Amino acid sequence: MNESFNLFRALLKGLAIYLLIVLLFTLPLPNLGGLSAYNSLFPGRPRLPFGENPAEAYNFSLYNLDAMFASHEIAAGPKPADEFRVLVIGDSSVWGTLLRPEETLSGQLNASAPTYCGKQARFYNLGYPTITVTKDVMMIDYAARYQPDQIIWLTSLEAFPLDKQLDTPLVANNAETIDALIEKYDLPLDPNDASLIRPDFWDRTLIGQRRNLADLLRLQLYGVQWSATGIDQIYPPYPAPQTDFADGDDKFHNLRPPLDPSALAFEILAAGMNHSPAPILLVNEPILISDGVNSHIRYNFFYPRWAYDSFRDRLKVRAEAEGWNYLDAWNIIPPSEFTNSAIHLTPAGENLLAQTILAALQPSCP
Amino acid sequence: MTLPLIAIFGALTLLAAFLSDRIRGLFLFTLSILAVYALQPALPIRYLDFWLPTAALGLATVFWISLRGADWQSALQRDNLLSAAWMGLLILTLALTRFLPSLNSLLTPSTPPRLELVFAALLVVTTLAALTGRVRFGWVHAVGLVALIVLLAVLKSPEASLWMAKMLRLANGQSAETASSFDIRWLGISYITFRFIHTLRERQMGTLPEVSLREYVTYIFFYPALTAGPIDRLERFVKDLRTSFKPTQDDWTVVVQRIGLGLFKKFVLADSLALMALNAQNADKVQSTGWAWILLYAYALQIFLDFSGYTDIAIGMARMVGIRLPENFNSPYLRANITQFWNNWHMTLTQWFRAYFFNPLTRSLRTRKFPIWSVIFITQLATMILIGLWHGVTVNFVIWGIWQGLGLFIHNRWSDATRARVGEWASTTLRQNMLNVLGILLTFHFVALSWVWFVLPAPALAVQFFARLIGM
Repeated sequence: MNESFNLFRALLKGLAIYLLIVLLFTLPLPNLGGLSAYNSLFPGRPRLPFGENPAEAYNFSLYNLDAMFASHEIAAGPKPADEFRVLVIGDSSVWGTLLRPEETLSGQLNASAPTYCGKQARFYNLGYPTITVTKDVMMIDYAARYQPDQIIWLTSLEAFPLDKQLDTPLVANNAETIDALIEKYDLPLDPNDASLIRPDFWDRTLIGQRRNLADLLRLQLYGVQWSATGIDQIYPPYPAPQTDFADGDDKFHNLRPPLDPSALAFEILAAGMNHSPAPILLVNEPILISDGVNSHIRYNFFYPRWAYDSFRDRLKVRAEAEGWNYLDAWNIIPPSEFTNSAIHLTPAGENLLAQTILAALQPSCP
Repeated sequence: MTLPLIAIFGALTLLAAFLSDRIRGLFLFTLSILAVYALQPALPIRYLDFWLPTAALGLATVFWISLRGADWQSALQRDNLLSAAWMGLLILTLALTRFLPSLNSLLTPSTPPRLELVFAALLVVTTLAALTGRVRFGWVHAVGLVALIVLLAVLKSPEASLWMAKMLRLANGQSAETASSFDIRWLGISYITFRFIHTLRERQMGTLPEVSLREYVTYIFFYPALTAGPIDRLERFVKDLRTSFKPTQDDWTVVVQRIGLGLFKKFVLADSLALMALNAQNADKVQSTGWAWILLYAYALQIFLDFSGYTDIAIGMARMVGIRLPENFNSPYLRANITQFWNNWHMTLTQWFRAYFFNPLTRSLRTRKFPIWSVIFITQLATMILIGLWHGVTVNFVIWGIWQGLGLFIHNRWSDATRARVGEWASTTLRQNMLNVLGILLTFHFVALSWVWFVLPAPALAVQFFARLIGM
């Protein structure tokens, strides 16, 4: 009898402690994402964590911005006095799908080793493989803490449709950050949009957060394999991007000619440009200009000609009106230098883009 | 076993702990039968994931009758007949889930075969069991042992498995082109076979206790130890099974400690280490010597924590129902020489090989007046190569076995030759401790390096990794 009682009491105590820990996580706690073995036990990653096949890529996608940036080499320590810090922002073409870190745009820019204002330029790859202007503004806003001297922001029409701004997982899973951006920059986005994922009480408990916590741990653990092998992406064989468009489709999302600027995120772009922590070189990134069936209707898989041409015109006009430093690089890469999509470049393509950007980059010194 | 399966079987075992002795026995018998199906992974060859567990149960029935020897007619006692009927009924019930799509992937890995086929299979097993009683048992045991060894060899050989997969696919009307050696993954067959061989050999030696069909099937397929051991002895297992049991606070303490520790070892530590451990995919991509060692250490710890974690869970779960499964690991990485390591690593496996291979071979060679060193050399090497082959009939496992066998032989000769001088030198506690620490470090690294052969299937890749480890 006594034995059963002791056992019951022990189980009860155990359960109480467990519940306490589960509920403790609902309280405002220091953000665990900032705790990282990168830049101490392991070198920082040259690009943000992203990957769909972690077991082979030693990399994977998570949505905790603190953890993502803490694993990046930009968080290695205070900015060196002799460094001219340049952040390169954009989508998968900047992150470097199918490219090794040294082959990416940032890698090629670093290889050129330019100096500005008497300092050695160092380019940081802060691209992330989802394509929305809002995501880029979020990244620029977050990266302000790393004291950039210059930002290079590559974008494309696909990042602009307003109705997709909050859909990407990285944005949707950072609702509080987006709320702050909407308020700070008066962004034309609805904070009540159903896409934004808002954890309830139970989601904030230890049980509700188990996936997020496991992700934080996994990010650290994959640091070993990444450090040991230098691999952060797999390089499977890929099909060439589509150049024939048999059905002559001229749609761009749900838009029809003429292009309605109010359906695009120009105001979000302007918020990012005008509130940036450092001067920005805005780049309309290169696209594949295909030469196949119906290429008179579409440039490529993403863009019908009418929409893209109209977008370019409007972006140019807006950049001139706002006094932005703007480079339209849309057609500088030959079709042979694209890999698996209309925006992903080969190493040679990235090199060509890097040289074009370096020629246009004229930072103003204090 | 996955976490949900451990939770389900843990909960059912908890329920069994509070049952009366007689009902608990029947409950464990039932659970063990169901576990053979529930734990079997789904296979691409149609219905094979139902037939393999059924074949295992059929073999158990046939062997059990053969174990009774001349007294086989006692198998027809009411209790045994009821157990056989219950087993048949359970199998038929599982087959009936074919008509309940919501259940048929819960209790069996995939949709069971047609009912008439299952009936036919049960009829074949019944006929074989009946025939077994009418032939010479020595003959049955000898054929059974050979068949089991051939079966293991086929299943452990990638080429033979592939050939068999192709044959089975063709027999099933499926394309042989997509066949793979992984098509025939028979859950727990290694441990099941070891238990079969143990009972057949003990019967041949006349040291096997008489057990009922229910006890025999529960022993062979005891679900906590089905997938990763330990390999218990029938005599000891049945003694626990027959002892009246009511869990005490000590039992519960052991249960909570062992299951908690096992879950932590397996699902927190080992699974985390798996994300950084050496494997066939990263071995040739490691860029520096330091990281190569870290990956190797991670693997050495992972394999230990994974395996010993499962053992802890099995021991804890079994203790809930009064079965005290034997220990399998006793701090093996803290042993000062390779002989001690093997006395404390996967202990029930090494005891099994010692009993049924090493000792008989040693006796046989000694009676032929071989020099003592050559007896040790041959027996150590042959035993470890055999253990290697048990993991897989491939070159890398043979090399791993040679590595371990040579290590054991060299240690044996070295300790014989230096025992007196080492004993003289290590006259103080400090010197003894120094020797001990040095021995532990050396042994750990000897074992860790052997895992390179174990984890990397291609010897060329292993050689490449060794080169990386020494900075080449």
